[in-house]
Amino acid sequence: MRTIKGSLHAALLLAVLSLVSCNTGPETVSLIGAGSSFDNPLFSKMFYEYYRSRGLKVNYQSIGSGGGISQLINRTIDFGASDVPMNAEQDSLSGAAVLHLPVTASAVVLSYNLPEVTEPLRLTSEVLAGMFLGRITRWDDTGIAACNPGIHLPAVPVVIAHRSDGSGTSNIFTTYLARVSEPWKTIVGRGSSVNWPAGLGGKGNEGVAGLIRQTHGAIGYIELAFAMQNKMACAKIRNRAGHFITPDIASITAAANIPIPADSKISLADTQAADGYPIAAFSWVLFYKEQHYQHHSAERAAAMVKLLSWMIHEGQRYSGALYYADLSPAAVSTGDAILRSVTYDGQPVSFNQK
Amino acid sequence: MDTPYTIPAPVQSPAPIAARAAARIRRSFRQIRTENVFKNVLVITGLLLVILVLGILLTLIVQSLPSIRLLGLRFLWGKTWNPVKDVYGAFPFLVGTLLSSFLALAISIPFSISIAIFLGEYHPRGWFSNLLKNAVELIAAVPSVIYGFWALAVLVPMVRSFEKSIGVQQPLGVGIFSSSLILAVMIIPYAASLGRSMIQMVPSPLKEAAYGLGATRWEVIRSVVLPYTRSGLFAGILLSLGRALGETMAVTMVIGNTSILPKNIFAPGNTMASVIANEFTEADKTVYLSALIELGLALFLVTVVINIAGKKIIDRFTHE
Repeated sequence: MRTIKGSLHAALLLAVLSLVSCNTGPETVSLIGAGSSFDNPLFSKMFYEYYRSRGLKVNYQSIGSGGGISQLINRTIDFGASDVPMNAEQDSLSGAAVLHLPVTASAVVLSYNLPEVTEPLRLTSEVLAGMFLGRITRWDDTGIAACNPGIHLPAVPVVIAHRSDGSGTSNIFTTYLARVSEPWKTIVGRGSSVNWPAGLGGKGNEGVAGLIRQTHGAIGYIELAFAMQNKMACAKIRNRAGHFITPDIASITAAANIPIPADSKISLADTQAADGYPIAAFSWVLFYKEQHYQHHSAERAAAMVKLLSWMIHEGQRYSGALYYADLSPAAVSTGDAILRSVTYDGQPVSFNQK
Repeated sequence: MDTPYTIPAPVQSPAPIAARAAARIRRSFRQIRTENVFKNVLVITGLLLVILVLGILLTLIVQSLPSIRLLGLRFLWGKTWNPVKDVYGAFPFLVGTLLSSFLALAISIPFSISIAIFLGEYHPRGWFSNLLKNAVELIAAVPSVIYGFWALAVLVPMVRSFEKSIGVQQPLGVGIFSSSLILAVMIIPYAASLGRSMIQMVPSPLKEAAYGLGATRWEVIRSVVLPYTRSGLFAGILLSLGRALGETMAVTMVIGNTSILPKNIFAPGNTMASVIANEFTEADKTVYLSALIELGLALFLVTVVINIAGKKIIDRFTHE
């Protein structure tokens, strides 16, 4: 009995010692990020390549934009990632200036199930708002026909498919609708989850895609990458310049090639770029402007700034293959300025920008 | 003949007797100690569970205070759920939860009771009964997301053509009816297994007496087995209802997820559990998060109320 107890104690002691010894190894900096699940495939590739060439490990947890922001507010991570800029409440909770660095751009495409229609459907903002408000209920509506001369549209009801879970995709789409349609702005507004006036909700891109595939006459919004990987029909959307634009990587990069404010918190919705796709948005990496908070070391701050600079320059070459849009030249130069403004104890964080 | 000499039994010396007695006493003490330890373990586990439930309730209440302060009782009766404008009304989800769960219960009861009677009374043994028993247990073991996928791929198109054939205005397939169907399948095992073991426990003298009086099998089941097992069957049904109220994944995949109040059972709707699962991760405002937690509190209370009501009904059954 006594010997059993003794050996138990010994085992426990050993376990505790081994746990402690894990933490006392030579400290190698590895950065921790969390947030947007949309960014995750791109980030995984970028961080893997960065680790191979520079030897810095980045641990990214894809927990959703909201989760990333709240972890940044709790100061448990080095950087967050979000498809939506922080709102006023989150800004006040963070208690310090948070910088938004655009790292990639994404778009929301309108996919539909109309096997009769072989040409890509053409839609305007008024028609889109009308359909999602539940005012245009049939495909043979005159408004839709007017955008699609020469295409015979079937007499079937329009079934709206939207996201049921809170998501950056919904935020991009509702931001666009709120900008182009006054009724949408007053009745619904914009947000990660809104009170949809019509239609069905599907969980995730695959949920919405499933509803579209199953229902004749359905139309819904999904992420560009998902639509391209699954070869789904995408509508051409008329932009502010009056052109009907096919959503692809080039037209999203074009959408972002507009004057960008210093804080980069700009929506690309309804872009003024003539060849830009109108339902696009940046995705941001978020971090504190003053990097000396709690026990955050200068070493970590420098490593992070170096990483972020790499991401908006060399790292961009990995985006195309994964269906992410490259940053526009305007976005990259704004990003450089943002990174230069990062401080540690009031001093700019040094990094050789190459 | 002289009597053979027998070796006298060794007289125990006082010392070993004392040692044995001491050993016995030690053993008794050890037994008593084990007994006490065991009893304490039981009490502590029980108490921990009570504390856990109360703790969950308390957390839910505290975390939903911001929303309760802002909305008050409007939360329960409001028909609009609009996170953009901070208007939170849980009524459509309350209706969706209760409608889908009770509809599922109504669909599942005939099946679960029949299976219970078949396995408990007609064929307790045999290869077919074993197969059926295992199949029922397997139904309970399948993860709910798989039910969701299956329902979306197979059940929804079938429901859609059914809706077309009966002339529903907008035959979508997804909606409360589909989610009730899949819920009904998922909750059958709970009532069926409990019912089966209850029916097997009916004393045979009772049944034999009824047969002796010339009753047919159906008559024995109707007037002996079912009345005897009423409370057990009902408890099983209550268990399945609890499962249906809280089911999230399978429901959210086929119910249509709209915050509009459902007009009929074929319309899309939403349940409290699925709203929480859908919106929790991206709830970016304190009031919004708090409203979702209050939704959880409401679901908690609905379950408690239904359970208490069920217990009352069982009591009435057994005291009759």
